[in-house]
Amino acid sequence: MDAMKRHFFSDMSVMLGRSMRHIFRSMDTIITVTLMPIAFMLLFVYVFGGAIQTGTDNYVNYLLPGILLIAIASGISYTAYRLFMDMQRGIFERFHSMPIARSTVLWGHVLTSLVSNTISVVVIILVALIIGFRSSAGVISWLAVAGILALFTLALSWIAAIAGLSAKSVDGASAFAYPILFLPFISSAFVPTKSMPSGVRAFAENQPVTSIVEAIRALLSGQSVGHEIWVALAWCLGILVVAYLFAMLAYKRKTA
Amino acid sequence: MIKPETAITVSGLEKSFKNLKVLKGISFSIKKGSIFALLGSNGAGKTTIVKILTTLLKQDSGNATVNGFDVASKPDNVRQSISLTGQFAAVDEILTGRENLIMIAKLRHLNHPRQAADDLLKRFGLTDAADRKTSTYSGGMRRRLDIAMSLVGKPQLIFLDEPTTGLDPEARTEVLKIVKELADSGTTVFLTTQYLEEAEQLADRIAILHEGRIIANGTLAELKKLFPPAKVEYVEKQPTLEEIFLAIVGKKRGE
Repeated sequence: MDAMKRHFFSDMSVMLGRSMRHIFRSMDTIITVTLMPIAFMLLFVYVFGGAIQTGTDNYVNYLLPGILLIAIASGISYTAYRLFMDMQRGIFERFHSMPIARSTVLWGHVLTSLVSNTISVVVIILVALIIGFRSSAGVISWLAVAGILALFTLALSWIAAIAGLSAKSVDGASAFAYPILFLPFISSAFVPTKSMPSGVRAFAENQPVTSIVEAIRALLSGQSVGHEIWVALAWCLGILVVAYLFAMLAYKRKTA
Repeated sequence: MIKPETAITVSGLEKSFKNLKVLKGISFSIKKGSIFALLGSNGAGKTTIVKILTTLLKQDSGNATVNGFDVASKPDNVRQSISLTGQFAAVDEILTGRENLIMIAKLRHLNHPRQAADDLLKRFGLTDAADRKTSTYSGGMRRRLDIAMSLVGKPQLIFLDEPTTGLDPEARTEVLKIVKELADSGTTVFLTTQYLEEAEQLADRIAILHEGRIIANGTLAELKKLFPPAKVEYVEKQPTLEEIFLAIVGKKRGE
């Protein structure tokens, strides 16, 4: 038993190395999680942006938080996909019949999601800087942004784990991401909620993405964040805990 | 105290899935260093037994001991001493053959994972294909890699769940040769198969699983005694299609 615990970190790094290789060898993944969000950003800035009234003179600044969330949401559908494929092929059973820390089989996927999303977020921010994104945020604010994004990624990764563990088909494993991918569009990510009809507006203003976007936007522009950041954190933590518990339940059911 | 020469002892094993009773009281034991073949048609419960013995599934009742450790209460100790080659080749298709072996060697916490991988690649004739993604491998190569991965760290007991299913005749012969070599080197082999001739060729002991019960268990000679004595008849020997196929393919290769 001690041996299992002692090897947790080395087993974890093997699992992480394995699925990071999966990502870097899949052109499809790289295009979807990094190039697509960048294309979206360019599209909104240079095509739609001129017609959108946000009350700010720099639309890239307004847009960036939403683009980052979309990138993360599309990234996690691959987490579910990779987990599902492991379950389908015998590799999951092979790992489970070996003397390793079993939890690393799941945590490896979640950590991979965190690392790969961090990479795509950094790349997207660099591109944003090139096309005119500017931030007056200090180190603390940037750390806060990183923290919120990391929590958001973890929360979605555990949702992905539920999907990957309980899906019956490949399509099912990745389809759950579409509603999540859609949430930023019905939020203040691209346009201020003021312009929306009252019913949609009520939804937009009370769903998690809006508070997360507003909190990140305020942090990046050096404004006072107010209560938005607490609402954002509460959403992320709440989803994280619930998703984690359900993922563990699904995992237990699969391995009982 | 478990006798040290016993690799597996199973008694009164039962398992149900919902209302379906798959195992209805299974008992048998396997000697260390022998090849044990579990025969049965599809759905007889062979894989369920393998899953319980490899700690992937918990039994409803009964006991199972593997290498002296109870599978239910000491699963970690069991996992230290066994290896599983499941029904579907458990290789990572996106990694190369070498990377697959190194990954398993690291998970088995060997001191020289690269060396262990090189040795197995050589032993299984995969050195030339070592740095290709396994998705480009043929079924036989994939199965060879799969078995090689199970041998990383030299486990004392290896489970092979229908290792030849889906292979062409040549690849099948190759896998059977590997199994034979394994047993010769002292490894205990637990083999499940639906091909009777495989069990006949390889196994020291054969058990037949039917509808959740072991209906026969013994050496080939003992099982043969269960049938009426053979009558001597003279029949013109016709080659089987498999023999014809292998002869033609073998000749082509020799040219």
